[in-house]
Amino acid sequence: MLSKKKIMNQWKNFSKGFIKENAVFALFLGLCPTLAVTTSATNGLGMGLATTFVLVMSNLVVSLVKNVIPDKVRIPAFIVIIASFVTIVELVMKGYVPSLFDALGLFIPLIVVNCLVLGRAEAFASKNTVWSSLVDAAGMGLGFTMALTVLGAVRELLGSGAFFGMKLISGDAMLLFILPPGAFIALGYLIVLANMLKEKTA
Amino acid sequence: MEYILIIIGAVFVSNIVLNQFLGICPFIGVSSKVETAIGMTGAVTFVMVIATLVTYLIYYSVLVPMDIVYMRTITFILVIASLVQLVEIILKKISPPLYQALGIFLPLITTNCAVLGVAILAVQKDFTLLESTVYAIGNAVGFGLALITFSGIREQLDLLNVPKRMKGVPIAFIVAGLMALAFMGFTGIV
Repeated sequence: MLSKKKIMNQWKNFSKGFIKENAVFALFLGLCPTLAVTTSATNGLGMGLATTFVLVMSNLVVSLVKNVIPDKVRIPAFIVIIASFVTIVELVMKGYVPSLFDALGLFIPLIVVNCLVLGRAEAFASKNTVWSSLVDAAGMGLGFTMALTVLGAVRELLGSGAFFGMKLISGDAMLLFILPPGAFIALGYLIVLANMLKEKTA
Repeated sequence: MEYILIIIGAVFVSNIVLNQFLGICPFIGVSSKVETAIGMTGAVTFVMVIATLVTYLIYYSVLVPMDIVYMRTITFILVIASLVQLVEIILKKISPPLYQALGIFLPLITTNCAVLGVAILAVQKDFTLLESTVYAIGNAVGFGLALITFSGIREQLDLLNVPKRMKGVPIAFIVAGLMALAFMGFTGIV
């Protein structure tokens, strides 16, 4: 049976990915897809979920085989595990959601070099039990998804006056936020907001 | 002429960092000093050009004839990972100070999406071997241009009185946004 303390620990393990150790706002990992695909909230959500899938599956496998892999070749081994799951995501998305696949483009194969995924495999899954690794990956992945969706929603709202594709404002919006410079500026201010939130909860 | 257009396109018009969003991690991570930015640029240039060449050859002489193009991601990342190891060994031997300065960032080139991104883009764009080499060089120069100018600005930022919550990464992102805005001025020249 799981004791109350154990459940609390797992909850902490899960929830740290949202604000305190959020991949984007606090650790600054996985920034390339964060900036590149968040032209709309839908794209951000899709990218986040694809990354979460790869993160959870690779963390699961890494924590299962961690005792079998010699220490010296662990990084290449992790990369092969991650690359296999990325290939699976690539083929599945191409088959079932081709429009999202086209919108995310190059950044689907690039999940393989997302520092967040390799970072969690190296820093967490290779040292912890299967169950904690799964919880950690889910928390980190969903935190990443949340960050991408929020950034996507902000950019979509300011840049095209829409929310998840629904037009809220007619006429022109601030096109700048859909373009590359807007991504940097919006993320800069969101990090400031996240820092303020952290100060409040701390 | 065609090659010049590829270079101008890669350096200015669709700059790899400021327009394509590849290699953001080193762009934010190693840009606090000009010196390390230059070292990082050197390492990335070397790895990027060789990686693009090698992956191009492997793609067209192994993956396409054997009809296993879906293995592209796995193959490319393994080639890049081994190349990075090679660069690490060579640097350790010929330039220990540079090796010390780059420290943990050298292994991180493996997970630098710019290297894998350029290798994949070169294959996707149906370039010839020479064109993809030129494309890789152009992108490496573009990466260096963005990273080194950005680190120069960040060195100056340290001396300024930035609001407490904006210090460090947030202000860096906003400066990067303004740089990207400036680079948008190049749109349409190619």
